[in-house]
Amino acid sequence: MSAQTLLLDWLKARLTPEALAWLEEKAALIATGAPEKTVFTTFSSCIRYSGKAPLNLESAALKAAGSEVPGWNPSDWTCDQAARAFLLTSLPPGPGSAATLGRLWQTADVGEAVALQKSLAVLANPEGQMPWAREAIRSNIKAVFEAITLRNPYPALHFDNVGWNQMVVKTFFVDSPMHEIEGLDRRVNPPLARMLADLAHERWAAGRAFSPQLWRCVGPCADERALEDLKKLLGSAAPTEKRAAALALKSCPDPRAATILEADPALAAAARDGSLTWENL
Amino acid sequence: MAETPLRKRRLIDPHIHMVSRTTDDYQAMANAGVVAVIEPAFWTGQPRTEIGTFKDYFSCLVGFERFRASQFGIKHYCTIGLNSKEANNEALAEEVIELLPRFAGKEGVVAIGEIGYDEMTKAEEKFFRIQLELAKEMDLPVMIHTPHRNKKVGTSRSMDVCMEHGIPPSKVVIDHNNEETCKEVLDRGFWAAFTIYPKTKMGNQRMVDIAKRYGSDRVIVDSSADWGNSDALAVPKTANLMITSGISEAAVDAMCYGNALLAYGQSGQMKESDWLDAAVIDPKREFEGNSLLRGGGPEAPEDSRLIV
Repeated sequence: MSAQTLLLDWLKARLTPEALAWLEEKAALIATGAPEKTVFTTFSSCIRYSGKAPLNLESAALKAAGSEVPGWNPSDWTCDQAARAFLLTSLPPGPGSAATLGRLWQTADVGEAVALQKSLAVLANPEGQMPWAREAIRSNIKAVFEAITLRNPYPALHFDNVGWNQMVVKTFFVDSPMHEIEGLDRRVNPPLARMLADLAHERWAAGRAFSPQLWRCVGPCADERALEDLKKLLGSAAPTEKRAAALALKSCPDPRAATILEADPALAAAARDGSLTWENL
Repeated sequence: MAETPLRKRRLIDPHIHMVSRTTDDYQAMANAGVVAVIEPAFWTGQPRTEIGTFKDYFSCLVGFERFRASQFGIKHYCTIGLNSKEANNEALAEEVIELLPRFAGKEGVVAIGEIGYDEMTKAEEKFFRIQLELAKEMDLPVMIHTPHRNKKVGTSRSMDVCMEHGIPPSKVVIDHNNEETCKEVLDRGFWAAFTIYPKTKMGNQRMVDIAKRYGSDRVIVDSSADWGNSDALAVPKTANLMITSGISEAAVDAMCYGNALLAYGQSGQMKESDWLDAAVIDPKREFEGNSLLRGGGPEAPEDSRLIV
């Protein structure tokens, strides 16, 4: 089984025989080095054959995706995205295809841009796609930003800390669901913790609310100021903030964190025994 | 003169250059009932000298501008083409022609346009014809820009050339008509679009008179609002004036909504369900953070579909 085979299987169950025949014929052309113009026009017109209904993959299919490509979660994929990813996985390996992908990105419409970013989960030559993966983090089009940021294994595997940290902080900034970032806990680092704590202070100064999930990436690398913040939050009256502080303190290796956490024995116990998690915060 | 308050009805502005308009315009259009716009590729005031600027302009029409419109609950479509003015830079025009197929097949591209004549030069003629062939090949409607100078002759000739290329009049919208051109356009079976410009092309009082004289069949009203003196609310204002002037609801709906949908819907890229079925706008999901509205968000309409 390859990602390409999985995509084709899902499409077989959802597309009309005519649409499927068109797609397979075009994929075969692309695989044998069709002119770039064919790749461009096929990638664009694909949606006319595939439609854009949700794939609605059953749990077995999602499991197969995750075991084929660790972290790949196509639970929100649509038929056009699967069909476009299938076409892209047909590109012959090599620098020529990487350049073609870059040019596809340059002139992509919104739907194509989203499909390209989601396809990064299954494309070969990950380093070659880095420039446009990073560009999507800079996009103001939320759908494009979320296509690379959420439920996509590419950033955690390939972004350096500069790119990763910008992505995570922007996720907060635009109120996207942070817990849907693949590899979030794995990629915590001190500069990210500091940037997020700065953001928390900015929001407090402005009197603006923010998701307490923010502390999830602060806790493991909390510095002195962050420990003070968490101490204050743990003693605050806001229940969600208190719980977030408890979880963040529990994740912090600094022995001072454990001492602070003891101020609320009930929450400390819940954080330690696993009954309180970031998911059920 | 006292303004009549705008009546909210479902409207389409099938010719407007939103890249040069502000978010205030989008907001006002949404409030006035505009559910969809078509943005024809045109020139941008400053003549382009590089193919890359065309590429990025076309990308913007199918990318960022579409997103911008969506933030106000407006569906954004576009047409792709090389405009007649810039067809006169032949070397660059050749490169643009090479680029067009890369965009013409994209989602939401409803026609090849706006193309046609400006000065009716040989170069304009050449690239007009090449693009008519592209429209045929892509099975897309055509949006024709008729010239400002020598308009009547240019309009007739545009239609002659379409016929020569075997394009049925039912797939061609002739735009920027006036009292002198519209009879021939309608008689020959083409769609006749009227650009409502406050001072130049067509005032909306004149438009009312035309509608009374020629009826609503194959007549389309648009604003062509751009970076010049123009009005992004021309369609809502004209619809309103038509109603208060005694034109029937059905005729106004045809001219300010239904006919554009029929004409450009022939592309297969524009369906009424695109906006009727659109999810209710969730301001929290769409308008926060560093999006264009920067946390502000539009005033929530009582009915997010903007139907009265």
